[in-house]
Amino acid sequence: MAAMKGADAVVQALEREGVEVVFGIPGGASIPLYDSLYSSSIRHILMRHEQGAAHAADGYARVLGKAGVCSATSGPGATNLTTGIANAYMDSSPVIAITGQVATPFIGKDAFQETDVIGITMPITKHNFQVRSVAEIPEVIKKAFHIAQTGRPGPVLIDLPKDMQEGEAEVEFPEEVSLTGYKPTYDGHPRQIKEAAKAILDAERPVILAGGGVIISGASSELMRLAELIPAPVVTTLMGKGSFPESHPLSLGVLGMHGRREANHAVTESDLLIAVGTRFSDRSTGMVSCFAPEAKIIHIDIDPAEIGKNVKAHIPVVGDARRVLRQILQVLEEMKRRGRSKSWIEKVREWKKEFAPKLDYDDVPLKPHRVIKEIMEFLSEDDIVTTEVGQCQMWAHCYMSRSKPRTFISSGGLGTMGFGFPAALGAKVAKPEVKVVDIAGDGSFLMNIQELATAVENGIDVIVAVFDNRYLGMVRQWQELFYDRRYSAVDLGNSPDFVKVAEAFGAFGIRVEKPGEIGDALREAADSGKPAVVDFVIERECNIFPMVPPGKCLKEVIG
Amino acid sequence: MDEEHFIVALVEDRPGVMQRIAGMLRRRNFNIDSISVGTTEIPGISRITMTVHGDRLTLEQAMKQLNKLIEVVKVSELRQEESVVRELALVKVSVKNERARAEVVQYANIFRARIVDVSRQSMMIEITGDEEKLRAFIELMRSYGIIEIARTGKVIMARGAKSVKTREAK
Ligand SMILES: Cc1cc2nc3c(=O)[nH]c(=O)nc-3n(C[C@H](O)[C@H](O)[C@H](O)COP(=O)(O)OP(=O)(O)OC[C@H]3O[C@@H](n4cnc5c(N)ncnc54)[C@H](O)[C@@H]3O)c2cc1C
Ligand SMILES: Cc1ncc(C[n+]2csc(CCOP(=O)(O)OP(=O)(O)O)c2C)c(N)n1
Ligand SMILES: [Mg+2]
Repeated sequence: MAAMKGADAVVQALEREGVEVVFGIPGGASIPLYDSLYSSSIRHILMRHEQGAAHAADGYARVLGKAGVCSATSGPGATNLTTGIANAYMDSSPVIAITGQVATPFIGKDAFQETDVIGITMPITKHNFQVRSVAEIPEVIKKAFHIAQTGRPGPVLIDLPKDMQEGEAEVEFPEEVSLTGYKPTYDGHPRQIKEAAKAILDAERPVILAGGGVIISGASSELMRLAELIPAPVVTTLMGKGSFPESHPLSLGVLGMHGRREANHAVTESDLLIAVGTRFSDRSTGMVSCFAPEAKIIHIDIDPAEIGKNVKAHIPVVGDARRVLRQILQVLEEMKRRGRSKSWIEKVREWKKEFAPKLDYDDVPLKPHRVIKEIMEFLSEDDIVTTEVGQCQMWAHCYMSRSKPRTFISSGGLGTMGFGFPAALGAKVAKPEVKVVDIAGDGSFLMNIQELATAVENGIDVIVAVFDNRYLGMVRQWQELFYDRRYSAVDLGNSPDFVKVAEAFGAFGIRVEKPGEIGDALREAADSGKPAVVDFVIERECNIFPMVPPGKCLKEVIG
Repeated sequence: MDEEHFIVALVEDRPGVMQRIAGMLRRRNFNIDSISVGTTEIPGISRITMTVHGDRLTLEQAMKQLNKLIEVVKVSELRQEESVVRELALVKVSVKNERARAEVVQYANIFRARIVDVSRQSMMIEITGDEEKLRAFIELMRSYGIIEIARTGKVIMARGAKSVKTREAK
């Protein structure tokens, strides 16, 4: 026990959790915290908007699989964080958000910069805490990290009234915490494991559907063993992209609204769907009533509430993907296998050949496919891609092959424009040794473009690849297809000049209009020794296909 | 099938816990008809009784989503057939004359309700029972003119020696 200032206790507790970086912006209600950070080993990266801080912490967390930390002052600082917190919540990302709050005696008095951040963030955090005594700070922080990083991960917010930062108390740092109401299940129930194994042996047309939970759980090698043992083709969701190498012969790529035809076909025709760590989002299933209509569904998920929420599971297994897959593999290896006809795998291979997308267009203005192809060639498999939201994201989702977990980072559940760039900064801070490219729409990039200053000032050299169609393209595409081409509020006009904006911030900027220049521009950007913006002028009304229109079945693909 | 289900949750007695529960139920579109809270035999633990309308799947989802809340310690479904369900109501009726007063006293006796306050123009009756009993009594009182009603919401407890603490989690 030692008497300590609250803010020092916060910083020391963070250090004990292994926190190396905090992304944030200070303010009146968090000055004491920042005073303690000043003399700590923790690196603070000053962002230019709190939304950027939350996304950067999220990107950092997704790359490393451990908590990313962001911080903001009370009131507007805290409300600016909320989009980022909601984003992390939807995608199960372990973000710790620390907010300053007005001093306890002022709470409820509409004091200067007071907002009820606890109330506001209840539905978008896994849990939140308001500190009520200096002495409880170490325990609250330990609990927050425990909750954020275990079970189904998610953001946790800690609200720190200013008097709690300034006050002193005897504090003790617990090694462990126990929460009576929180005990995630990690091992699958043996009976369910047996059932699953039996169903796998009986299946004629099995398909594995890998989701974000496979990445969270680190289950990629188990997934590969299962796929090869059965053998079964593997499709992934957007969030599961990279959990299984898309270069693997059994990979059919992503499924869903903008999934690959071969993936959607395979799921629709399967007689067994082994769904691992996925929440069956509407974007991934299409209309549920005709989703995998002939299949028995094994649903492996750590969150019991996901079982039966959107899609009925015939064999639910609650547990951690990695452990459950190991359990299933073990049972499978003990069971006697019968020969399975090869025709399913052959059929799937044929689809794969038939639907191989064309990417090598030579058109001017550029086809986005060509840009995706060249970025793919420019990156190695350890490099990281983040995305904004819209057509740009879907081109990457559908056509860019990723082969390792945690190398494709995208806002899936919330679909937050403005996520990709700050997330790229967080990713680069997490892994400075790899290249990080943000696949950006022009509209999305503008939503957090101020972070160019953060990138330049901190030497965080990421590349923003702008798919510049001067449209809110995804919305325009829907208006074209479903609203008689009535382009309402989607034209972005001529402003800004992204190259000049980049230069004004002190970053490197280059415009690319011809296919032959793409590779060189990317290399120049990488060699510039600066954060870089590569402005790809693409065909304005190019659409992202294939597409399953909203409310349709996965097999009803257009385009 | 649309039915009424009873859910009992044991929760940590912390500021905001009711808001968490109410907010989650609203956000996820669950149909809650009645909710009541009180302390229990365990220090720091409160007991919440809710009735939710919907089919089996809705009930299961509601229970799972409740369970996800960190401060919710235990969630159980109690079946009405195997339990005792009670609610308390305070009913204030206007009594304009001696005859009305005498009748109300009589009805209260029949229903084993208690007169807890009397004034020249009104009487307050405390009645405890299941839904049917309360409804019947309140119906009878209408003809005299109900001034106000306050109800606690239902509480439920399973018959027999077990408690919700010791029941198997679903
Ligand atoms: C414009 C746009 C278009 C989109 N189009 C598509 C599309 O075509 N196809 C598509 O798939 N998505 C698409 N999405 C994304 C979609 O909205 C969802 O985010 C995505 O489908 C969710 O994937 P998921 O369920 O695998 O992962 P998540 O949402 O990340 O869910 C993870 C699941 O894994 C579980 N889990 C967590 N940890 C573990 C563990 N250790 N063990 C086991 N389970 C665990 C969780 O409980 C959860 O159920 C699109 C998004 C946007 C913005
Ligand atoms: C913050 C936010 N606002 C609005 C939307 C709705 N929306 C989805 S995609 C899109 C267009 C994105 O435009 P751009 O970034 O240029 O990408 P493009 O589709 O043109 O590739 C919009 C407005 C959103 N997803 N997020
Ligand atoms: Mg655009």
